[in-house]
Amino acid sequence: MTMALITYKEAVRQAMQEEMRRDENVFLLGEDVGVYGGAFGVSLGMLEEFGEERVRDTPISEGVIAGAAAGAAVTGLRPIAEIMFSDFITIAMDSLVNQAAKMRYMFGGKAKVPMVLRMPGGSGTGAAAQHSQSLEAWLVHVPGLKVVMPSTPYDVKGLLKTAIRDDNPVVFIETKTVYNKKGEVPEEDYAIPFGVADIKRVGKDVTVFATGVMVHRSLEAAEILAKEGIDVEVIDPRTLVPFDKETLVKSVIKTGKLIIVHEACKRGGFGGEVAAEVMESEAFDYLDAPIKRVAGKNIPIPYCMELEKSAVPQVDDIVNAVREIV
Amino acid sequence: MTLNKETLLNWYKKMLHTRFFESQVDAFFAKGMIHGTTHLSIGQEAFAIGSTAALHADDLITSTHRGHGECIGKDADLNRMMAELMGKSNGYCKGKGGSMHIADLEKGNLGANGVVGGGFAIAVGAALTQQMKKTGKVVLCFFGDGASNEGSFHEALNLASIWKLPVVFMCTNNHYGMSMSVSRSTAVANIADRAASYEMPGITVDGNDPIKVYEATLAAVERARSGEGPSIVEGITYRWLGHSKSDANRYRTKEEIEAWKDRCPIKAFEQYLIKNNIISQQESDEITAGAKDDIVRAVEFAQQGSYPGIETLEEDVYA
Ligand SMILES: Cc1ncc(C[n+]2csc(CCOP(=O)(O)OP(=O)(O)O)c2C)c(N)n1
Ligand SMILES: [Mg+2]
Repeated sequence: MTMALITYKEAVRQAMQEEMRRDENVFLLGEDVGVYGGAFGVSLGMLEEFGEERVRDTPISEGVIAGAAAGAAVTGLRPIAEIMFSDFITIAMDSLVNQAAKMRYMFGGKAKVPMVLRMPGGSGTGAAAQHSQSLEAWLVHVPGLKVVMPSTPYDVKGLLKTAIRDDNPVVFIETKTVYNKKGEVPEEDYAIPFGVADIKRVGKDVTVFATGVMVHRSLEAAEILAKEGIDVEVIDPRTLVPFDKETLVKSVIKTGKLIIVHEACKRGGFGGEVAAEVMESEAFDYLDAPIKRVAGKNIPIPYCMELEKSAVPQVDDIVNAVREIV
Repeated sequence: MTLNKETLLNWYKKMLHTRFFESQVDAFFAKGMIHGTTHLSIGQEAFAIGSTAALHADDLITSTHRGHGECIGKDADLNRMMAELMGKSNGYCKGKGGSMHIADLEKGNLGANGVVGGGFAIAVGAALTQQMKKTGKVVLCFFGDGASNEGSFHEALNLASIWKLPVVFMCTNNHYGMSMSVSRSTAVANIADRAASYEMPGITVDGNDPIKVYEATLAAVERARSGEGPSIVEGITYRWLGHSKSDANRYRTKEEIEAWKDRCPIKAFEQYLIKNNIISQQESDEITAGAKDDIVRAVEFAQQGSYPGIETLEEDVYA
């Protein structure tokens, strides 16, 4: 395979472009996705290639963006809808949760809702409480939705293709602070199946399970800890629903120790679900220490930069947690 | 119209404050001294200042992401505004809110908002309080042209109308919501046209003329205060600068921007004041210099402030 070094943002764009070239039913809609190229420049150039018919600027109306995507999806199109910041999913919630997620089941398995709702999530940009949240746990809780949270250019491209080809509503949470991070991505067509975790670093002493930007911080922490002779395994689930329990359980059986790292608030976060899955599994007997969660504080994200950093796990917090447990 | 010299000069000064405050913020952004994002209202000052001038000191407002002018109109302290943008503990929100969340509850400013359309329902609720408690106060709900396409706009206007709430919906129509022009985003030509659906008056005025804005707002505020219910007041204006820090202005032309700069609301108001012998050029220059000094002092105040301590991180989540 020939590889190209591209940014996360470019990888998202390429996945959309390649799928739109492949399937005329795929189109993009959202606020300022056209001439502006999206608030983060993700769709720059797509209007020029596909025209206004398939790269559709919408008014500021999240409810109808998500709802129209559902309606178009159930009648034969395959929309990719962008919500400018994941925080504004709140406004799209009825369309997504009560409509898109439930149609198939409620209608006795007759409907298909092949839509992707893309949105950048997370803190770290100094944009304060209404532009910085990590709300994935809300979405994980809703049967009928798939929830994807890629951390690298390779993963985001392969998973977005799968999301677009999937016949279900997929919430696709992009990690905004890594939009400009580069990584190797195959030039050929590829797709990454849902429900397959990626072991981002193989280790034997402790399992660190991390999502989104925390994958990168955990890998940095692992390098620091390696110098102290601690060998960390880093697991990135990549998709939260469906969830690859097997890879995690195997890792915990090997290491006997589990630390779960996410940016979202600890209370009610996805980490609690992961811990419970492990406790209910055969890995329980292999645990040498209580499972630890390193997660966001139970507070809105503050504006001041120092406070913002302190609100969510940093590399040091992960390093310290590992030292405490090993 | 009883607009005396003192009143008009107060407006002039507030428009200058808004302009200089935001120019300073823009410069600090470029130098990395202010972080995050900010939305500047340069070119739109007359609407914010002319409209808030129609309020009593204890009336209320809800503001938007582009709300510095509305804060200043509602007599906010420039020092604490600047400190907030610099993330300092002596800022309006103790450094926790930033530009998009300045709130001054004591002066009746219920807050800027990072969520487009986030203020409609809050304003309606605040107006309900005034009605139920018979306070005689009125709420001005500021919003952008783009915000009127959120569902909450329609829900809020309908409710305000059937309950005859003392709220006035103030649309800053600056022609764009980010890259979307009103003609592309909105089915009606003027946002005020939407008033018809909710059986309320809707008026569109020159948003660059503070006197016209004041007069239209005052009429709507008096109507609301007397129990006759809500209105829409729309001011046509223009955002000179990019939407926020990330805007390459791909959706509009240089010519269009320049044409609106020629219609500078502050320059026009200065000329009005001079032509009508309200002030001399020299007085105008003095007021301008004074307004600039006020911003210098605000910067000093902000720079002297400290960053909020880590012990404040988990404070104020609950009452
Ligand atoms: C619910 C929501 N959707 C999208 C955004 C992103 N956004 C911030 S300002 C803006 C444009 C708002 O346009 P308008 O209401 O006309 O106000 P203006 O920016 O022109 O002052 C957009 C899309 C947001 N902050 N909140
Ligand atoms: Mg606008």
